[in-house]
Amino acid sequence: MKPSIAEEELMSPGHLACQGCSATISMRYALKGLGRETAVVLPACCWTVLAGPAPRSALGVPVLHTAFASAAAAACGVKAGLLARGDSRTQVMAWAGDGGTFDIGLQALSGAADRDEDILYVCYDNEAYMNTGIQRSGGTPQGAWTMTTPGQGGSRRPKKDLDAIVLAHHIPYFATATPAYAEDMVRKFQKARSIKGFRFIHVLSPCPPGWKSEPADSIKLSRLAVQTGLFRLYEVEGGRSRLNVPVAKRKPVGEYLRLQGRFRAMTPQEEARLQRRVDEAWSA
Amino acid sequence: MKKVLMGNHAAAVGAALARAQVVAAYPITPQTQSIELLAEMKEKGAFPGAYIAVESEHSAMAALLGAASAGARTFTATSSHGLAYMHELLHWVAGARLPVVMAEVNRALAAPWSLWTDQTDSLSQRDTGWLQFYCSTNQEILDTTIMAYKIAEAVRLPAMVVYDGFTLSHSYEPVEVPAQDAVDAFLPAYRPEQVLDTARPLAFGALVPPKEYLRLRRSMAADMARAETLIEEVGREFGEAFGRCYGVFDAYRCEDATTLLVTSGAVGSTARAAVDALRERGLAAGNLRIRAFRPFPAQALRRFLGRGVKLAVVDRNYSPGASGIFAQEIRAALYPATARPPVFGYVAGLGGGDITVELLQEIWSKVDEGKAEKTQPTWAEDAR
Repeated sequence: MKPSIAEEELMSPGHLACQGCSATISMRYALKGLGRETAVVLPACCWTVLAGPAPRSALGVPVLHTAFASAAAAACGVKAGLLARGDSRTQVMAWAGDGGTFDIGLQALSGAADRDEDILYVCYDNEAYMNTGIQRSGGTPQGAWTMTTPGQGGSRRPKKDLDAIVLAHHIPYFATATPAYAEDMVRKFQKARSIKGFRFIHVLSPCPPGWKSEPADSIKLSRLAVQTGLFRLYEVEGGRSRLNVPVAKRKPVGEYLRLQGRFRAMTPQEEARLQRRVDEAWSA
Repeated sequence: MKKVLMGNHAAAVGAALARAQVVAAYPITPQTQSIELLAEMKEKGAFPGAYIAVESEHSAMAALLGAASAGARTFTATSSHGLAYMHELLHWVAGARLPVVMAEVNRALAAPWSLWTDQTDSLSQRDTGWLQFYCSTNQEILDTTIMAYKIAEAVRLPAMVVYDGFTLSHSYEPVEVPAQDAVDAFLPAYRPEQVLDTARPLAFGALVPPKEYLRLRRSMAADMARAETLIEEVGREFGEAFGRCYGVFDAYRCEDATTLLVTSGAVGSTARAAVDALRERGLAAGNLRIRAFRPFPAQALRRFLGRGVKLAVVDRNYSPGASGIFAQEIRAALYPATARPPVFGYVAGLGGGDITVELLQEIWSKVDEGKAEKTQPTWAEDAR
């Protein structure tokens, strides 16, 4: 029987990630979808460390480390440089966290998307600055505890709507993914590879130390995020949006929240408000 | 072929003749015509390289980091605030040992806003690991751009070709434009040993322990030192090929001089006129124009200045709390010398003020007559 996901492993187990890190599972699936002819650009993020110290590398594809704000711009340069060398086959993937995408890297991301550069930009969103020790980012959801939102009620502001920002750039391909839905995720990377121009994939990436969850629960959380309706799996191609994983009967958000210590201080009223917001979003 | 070119066009023509393959740039006054010309040449098919119109200078340098890591010859141009905004990536590109070449048009930094020439922008990037060359004519801008690639690629360090905003960037001068085949013979294609390549997947810039970091910086120091002699060698080779010779500095009528005006950039041309005027009055004046600021030509200066001559250093830049930056560097370079020439620092023309032939003569006379302040920089304003 032919497996539905490529067997070839382009990521070695010798990385430095924490137990239950979804950013490593996501990279593994991403490279299975993209294949060997890929170059990865990494700004400052967890992957800076977990790719392994020099001269070792956990990835079987070339990697360029770059400054925090510059993932998209450096990736554009790599693409142009490869083309100058006569290599039009290699796919260039910028792989950045939520801090490097929602916040400090947003300008370079917007510029590259606006120019419709022929690169794939992936944000693995673990919803805070996890590499520096759990500080709030624009990707942090309302009510989540972080080291910089330590008070009662956690983060006061709702999560920034990055998808809307990226989609406002009229790009040829946009998708969301999360590792519990492995086949959906790999297919999206395969599809992204087949499209020319600026492509964006938003990956929800549970983080046990930052979410204060059990390492064994990462895939469960990844699945619950979809099943509660908090994270929607969809793709937008040529301006047309398609829901990839319809959720017939949504689970209550509490099932997702209660597996995570970062939401421990949430009141029943706040939880009810979040539930209402999810219900409204899905009925719209 | 002789053409009348503004300084910005001379830089762009130099980059095109060097066959830059990837240009990433963002506009800023007074750099704009350099990138406009490349964009125009691209539109007309006269420039075959890629042109990425990025959304910031930070991204311009990041894009060149990517392109050079993939093995391309790269070019950008900026000025002042643009250079300051690039700062993080200047360190990165140098540490990555990528021979990016950049035209840097001197302009004063705010606040308050200023548009005019002042070298504090480029000099404040002195610790980033970039080679820096200061030009005094549009011909020199074009020639230095071509030579910069040859030197940068040999020592695997990036290079800045620096020239004065407006004074050179917007002034037209006759410039000898070399033929493409002659430039190709002088500057072969860029062939780096290690590039981003799926056939040989390497990781570039990954985390290193302290011992490796120190060793890498030390190898950078060795290559910077090598560059000091290489600048002279490449300058001579350029002279043989094109008839114009360049070194780490340019000495004008220095042979029997009692005091030298030490200058850089466009002031170097004015200083020649000042020296001629002083010589006509029977005074033993000379001009030493520093071309290479990084690496700083300390050895060459010690060799050249072994005779106890006095130095009047004119700085169109200032490091608050210290002094003019060339004066500092020259003092540090000469400190180990046995016959240590006295150095007198003058700060003039900040924010684009004129440094006239008359002002330079006054500065020269003050120093030569022993009336100059020795410990503090003298702020020289041209009353005219």
